[in-house]
Amino acid sequence: MSRSRAAIAWGALGVLAVLVAWELYKFLGPADGLIVGAVAGETGSGVMILPRTNDRAMPHIWDMVARLFQSASGGDTPPLIVPVVTAALTTLGIAAVGWLIGVAVGALLGLVMQRWRLAEWGLLPWIVVSQTVPLIAFAPLIASIGSQVDRAGTVPWPQWLSVAVIASYLAFFPVAVGVLRGLESPDRIHLDLMRTYAAGYWPTLFRLRLPAAVPHLLPALRLAAANAVVGAVVAEVSIGMRGGIGRMLIQLAGQGSSDPAAPWGPTFGSIALGLVAAGSVALVGLGLRNYRRGEAAV
Amino acid sequence: MSAVIAKGVGKTFGTKSGDVVALTDVELTVEPGEFVSLIGPSGCGKSTLLRLIADLDSATTGELEVFGKAARQARIDQDYGIAFQQAGLLPWRTVAGNIALPLELHGVSKKARADRVAELAALVGLDDFVDRYPDQLSGGMQQRVAIARALAEQPRLLLMDEPFGALDEMTREYLQGELARIAAETGAAVVFVTHSIPEAVFLSDRVVVMSPRPGRITDILTTGLGDARTEALRESPEYFERVTAVREALHGAPVERANER
Amino acid sequence: MTAVAADRAASADRAESRSRAARVVAPIVVGAIILALWFLVVDVLHAAPRALPSPVAIVGQLAEHYDIILEDMGITATNALVGLAVGAVVAIVLAALAATFRPMDGMLAPLVAAIAVVPIVAITPILNTMFGASSQFGRQYVAAIAAFVPVFVNVLRGLRQTRPVHRDLLRASGASGLQTFRVLTLPTALPYLLTGLRIASSIAVIAALVAEYFGGPADGIGTAIASYAKSGHAALAFAYVAGGIAIGLVLFLVMSLLERLVTRGRPV
Repeated sequence: MSRSRAAIAWGALGVLAVLVAWELYKFLGPADGLIVGAVAGETGSGVMILPRTNDRAMPHIWDMVARLFQSASGGDTPPLIVPVVTAALTTLGIAAVGWLIGVAVGALLGLVMQRWRLAEWGLLPWIVVSQTVPLIAFAPLIASIGSQVDRAGTVPWPQWLSVAVIASYLAFFPVAVGVLRGLESPDRIHLDLMRTYAAGYWPTLFRLRLPAAVPHLLPALRLAAANAVVGAVVAEVSIGMRGGIGRMLIQLAGQGSSDPAAPWGPTFGSIALGLVAAGSVALVGLGLRNYRRGEAAV
Repeated sequence: MSAVIAKGVGKTFGTKSGDVVALTDVELTVEPGEFVSLIGPSGCGKSTLLRLIADLDSATTGELEVFGKAARQARIDQDYGIAFQQAGLLPWRTVAGNIALPLELHGVSKKARADRVAELAALVGLDDFVDRYPDQLSGGMQQRVAIARALAEQPRLLLMDEPFGALDEMTREYLQGELARIAAETGAAVVFVTHSIPEAVFLSDRVVVMSPRPGRITDILTTGLGDARTEALRESPEYFERVTAVREALHGAPVERANER
Repeated sequence: MTAVAADRAASADRAESRSRAARVVAPIVVGAIILALWFLVVDVLHAAPRALPSPVAIVGQLAEHYDIILEDMGITATNALVGLAVGAVVAIVLAALAATFRPMDGMLAPLVAAIAVVPIVAITPILNTMFGASSQFGRQYVAAIAAFVPVFVNVLRGLRQTRPVHRDLLRASGASGLQTFRVLTLPTALPYLLTGLRIASSIAVIAALVAEYFGGPADGIGTAIASYAKSGHAALAFAYVAGGIAIGLVLFLVMSLLERLVTRGRPV
């Protein structure tokens, strides 16, 4: 118990170190940043390798926090934290749908690839390649398919569903690979044992392969959650959906010059979003603790 | 009807550097209730023979019958139970869950399963540990769970591949005594692979001596030590005599290449 | 060898070469099927939305505009490579520190775990403010942070992978710290470093590209995809997508090759 408390203390110290480094650099660093290779008299030449330290480029941490509790856009609008939390929750919901779609598709692909060697050979290279395709390529395509389906009227396809589908494109990959590796992970001796029981594919899948896959599955699901969040944020921006944290990031960044602490609100929001998404999946892992026991070496 | 009949059984593995003859011309009959050990140096094909009987691999040549059926059919009919050198317990299942696994797979009702598990746990002396997980057990206890699991469906044939090979000497001797008792109580025939001469002699009615390159049977010795396999037997002159006989039969075979494989 | 055995060996050889062929042919067949379906839907059935251009049109645009595409590819690729290099160096240094000093590990572990699950691209707008909107550095920074995580995780794992028996052996032989590092720690950790770099290479490219969506100078593959897709030039946008895939693929293949070379002949 005291060990985990120590771990938390060290972690907090790590976060504190980052905050101190920020303020220290802001205090000591050159106001216009550190530029190397600049030609004298020529503005904009050279490469800035350290950022500017003025209040506009690097607000004080306490200003960022204080800004969260000041009115969002003047007048009697609610404090910034309210729209930030609302937008983050919106995106979280969309990411969750994207995660579910991604997990379903990824798990199916993993199962098929494990069942048929030929399917693994045929599909796995393309699944790996698929992740080098920038997902924004699909954004307009999915959005237009979505609006066509929606206009046809039989099935409603709101804009957020397009975002979720695009997000699922990043989420399915770790699941497909994790399920494949996980289902392949049982020891030879256990497979032999199931064979001696004359157990067919399905009993072997449910009693042996799936439980044995859990240690591979949990990190895959966590990674899928993180990916779904990234996918949702990026997809919101690229198809121009309102109401989510992605849109808010862009919007407040535009006001950055007059209100430099404001963009930090949605930035903190998206950081919290990633942590919450990954944390929820980690909670699932707690319920599956028994599947993560290793057999003691004989 | 004999438990196992092997006639001219051979096994050849195709590898990149050509074929390896793992086993050739095996003639062996195991009677019901009989305890037969397979002993020999590494590469003599003793484990291969066991895997053929279990239908985990199939023979290249010859005929293999288990209770009058093809090995494959016997496996499908669940005519044998098996235990390996590693206990091979599923780490996410409790002791009870592991023992019940074959019963569960074959549709035995929950109530009947619970009764059978209690019976088996008592048989191997693990009554107090049924709710533990494998990682909470010692190696010897894990192996006892594996034996209970092998016995779950009251098989008439028990196949064991060096089940005590990874245990320390004290645990080993204790479990040998337990196994002798269990085999007598259940009346099952046992085919037992080992590389320990005293173990083979202590447990067996007959000891099958094998030799490598190619894997084959070189000798079959009857121990004739009777039914009382107790600790006293280990110090009797007959026992030492049989140990010597098996050792000589083994050394008559070319063992100088035993450590190459 | 008996005739039967020779026959079996020959058939085993045949089976092996068959499966080796299937490994190469299967992905090609799948690729061809995807391409054929795409062509069928777009060019034959005309059933696709305007946002999905024909593969033929994309190739046409690639041929026509390869010069500007290459130029933008250069910008995005440079950002990704700078990010990969900087992220990897920082990751290696920090992983070495974490492997040596326990407190360092305690402080870094939660930070890295957090960075791994946080949408890094979200900080692009802020970085653009910090470095100025005309600077590529915001994008390179994002690529660096994204590449940092897998390299750090893998190198740290690799540095901890030395086996006690080997450490004991070197200690018993009176090896110095530097010697131990050279003959044991480095060779053990190297394959892990390369695995980390391979994973990081794809991530860095995607990060650099996606970061272009969040502001900064109006150049690079991502910016082009966005603006051409928005203005209805779907085929040109997809030609840029092909350029983006090419960057990621080349980098990934180079890294895989490097990994293969280093791990060659040793069991992992």
